[in-house]
Amino acid sequence: MKSLQKIDIVARDLSDEVQKSTYLSSKAKTEKRMAILQKDFPEANRLREIAGEIKQHTLEHLDQYLAQAEASLKANGAHVHFANDAESANATILKIMQENGAKRMVKSKSMVTEEIHLLPYLEKHGMEVVETDLGEFIIQIDDDHPSHIVTPIIHKNRKDIAKSFEREGLGDYNDDPETITRRARAFLRQKYLDADVGLTGGNFVSAESGRVSLVTNEGNARFSVAANRIHIAVVGIEKIIPKDRDFSLFLNLIARSATGQQLTVYNQFINGPRSPGQPHGPEQMHVVFLDNRRTEVLASECREILRCIRCGACLNVCPIFRQAGGHAYRSVYPGPVGAVLSPLLAGNRFPELADLPKASSLCGACNEVCPVNIPIPDLLLRLRDKAKREKATDAMKGTPSLGLWATLCSQPAMWKTALSMGHTMNYIPTELIPHPSARAWQHNRKLPKFQGGEFRKWFRNRPPSSK
Amino acid sequence: MSNDRDSIFSEIKKALDPLPERTPYPQWDDSMTVCHAHPEFNSAKELFAHKLAEASGRYFDSVQILAQFLREEGNTFGYCDPELASLFEGLDGISFETEYDLAKVDTYQFGITTGSTGIAESGTIMLKDGETSARLGALAPWVHVAVIRQEDIVPTIGDAISRFGDDPSVIFCTGPSKTADVEGILIQGVHGPGVQVALVV
Repeated sequence: MKSLQKIDIVARDLSDEVQKSTYLSSKAKTEKRMAILQKDFPEANRLREIAGEIKQHTLEHLDQYLAQAEASLKANGAHVHFANDAESANATILKIMQENGAKRMVKSKSMVTEEIHLLPYLEKHGMEVVETDLGEFIIQIDDDHPSHIVTPIIHKNRKDIAKSFEREGLGDYNDDPETITRRARAFLRQKYLDADVGLTGGNFVSAESGRVSLVTNEGNARFSVAANRIHIAVVGIEKIIPKDRDFSLFLNLIARSATGQQLTVYNQFINGPRSPGQPHGPEQMHVVFLDNRRTEVLASECREILRCIRCGACLNVCPIFRQAGGHAYRSVYPGPVGAVLSPLLAGNRFPELADLPKASSLCGACNEVCPVNIPIPDLLLRLRDKAKREKATDAMKGTPSLGLWATLCSQPAMWKTALSMGHTMNYIPTELIPHPSARAWQHNRKLPKFQGGEFRKWFRNRPPSSK
Repeated sequence: MSNDRDSIFSEIKKALDPLPERTPYPQWDDSMTVCHAHPEFNSAKELFAHKLAEASGRYFDSVQILAQFLREEGNTFGYCDPELASLFEGLDGISFETEYDLAKVDTYQFGITTGSTGIAESGTIMLKDGETSARLGALAPWVHVAVIRQEDIVPTIGDAISRFGDDPSVIFCTGPSKTADVEGILIQGVHGPGVQVALVV
């Protein structure tokens, strides 16, 4: 079908198995989130409004807070780096490794390193990098891409994983999830101990103390840091929050929104190398603050998207994500948040992803579940407008031209006449209308029976109000 | 890189300067984030025990009963913070070392270290780097025992945050290490402890 958009094609061709596992897992997460928020907080909605205001406040004072975070980290003996783009961030990390004679890195899960393609870059420069999050480890051995921000292998089932483990020499075929987990544990143990560098992302950074918070469940981020002499954290500049006190709000919200937990199993707060007398852990801590077009987004009319704390709740609730899966978004960030963020982060490649904001029915569920209250449907509309203004042709696929309709709607006299003739529509076989836009609509839709045209008459003749 | 720093700050300024007004920091009360969805308890210690169990953690307030639990599960050799050793010496069938040997990272079945704070509202154990004798001792063994003084159990997450001080690496542990990456099925004991114990003394 010529009129289908890329995301429709992926959704159509998705295997039943992948579609089913994406759908079931997303649905379960959405329900768990709802249940725990309602149970735990009488004012759950107010909490996410406050969280949204704190993030918006921070973004609108980012120059102050970023400088404060930098100063706090330096005061605690951490090294702070800034990177304009992926190239610069990757080069900075490589340089830290080279200057310290480091060859091996263990990596904990981080979307931002997916964004800058750190892993292939370091491998190209002769470094050994191992993903240690179970899901990301499986992505790495399969040479695949994550399809969800929180649950990267939502598109795989245990049989796929068992086959991959067998192929990689991690034991005979066994698709018991517990066995799979134990085998990964045993294999990755040695990797942590052999590595020189532990790399993490950062969920929040407190400007007040410089503390980088890591929100995890498996313990791999702890191990990556504890067993190594160098810790590098790569963090987007939008991750700052003003004070340590704010952690209590955000940690409560991110755990419930992402996985339906009260708190994730591990929350780390790091702002420097290991303490005196501690035998394990890094002698150096490096924080790399990444821009990579975030300042462009900050200058745009979609800056609210920078509030995002990557919980994945909007993915889980989105009817499009549930049907199409994460890979359909052709970018690092899938789902509603990705439909906004990915085209913006693409810079002058915007037209290539300008169709993503169309992949929404604007039902508003993403906004309702968002723990930082991002008005995602509004942002999608702003981006649709941008696509139109920039004549991004891919984004227009499947959309009939509405010029005639617009003229009709803007001329009251014509509109009235058209309405009075509305009933004739019931007798015209619309699939025969030779207009291409009418045909495009008709392909997937049925025009309901016309029942209107009576409002004006009713309004004129209505009984007088009782007042 | 320093050029990058300058350009990032100048881009931020360029983005923010045209804003007609800036969102203020909202007023909010610390009590708003406190979870009250639990039965009433007489003390923070009892709530801590309740929430720890909810998070699949294990609560003990007797060294003898803890030792019995370790024996039953076959976890009889481990690492112990030298400052806590006196609590565990002479226990039947339990042996440990007080110097962490990296070569035994997979031989230690349990690790005993100091828990700096317990958080009642979430059943969380807070570890401070300066009070943890060996980071791997609290992380690598199958069983981690955090020894927490009763008076160090605080009601809320906010209370614990206000105890961070200048420690460079604070960790909240809420139950055993877990994953649901494979088909959403919950498995405990991924890279960290499969059994998380708090011993309150």
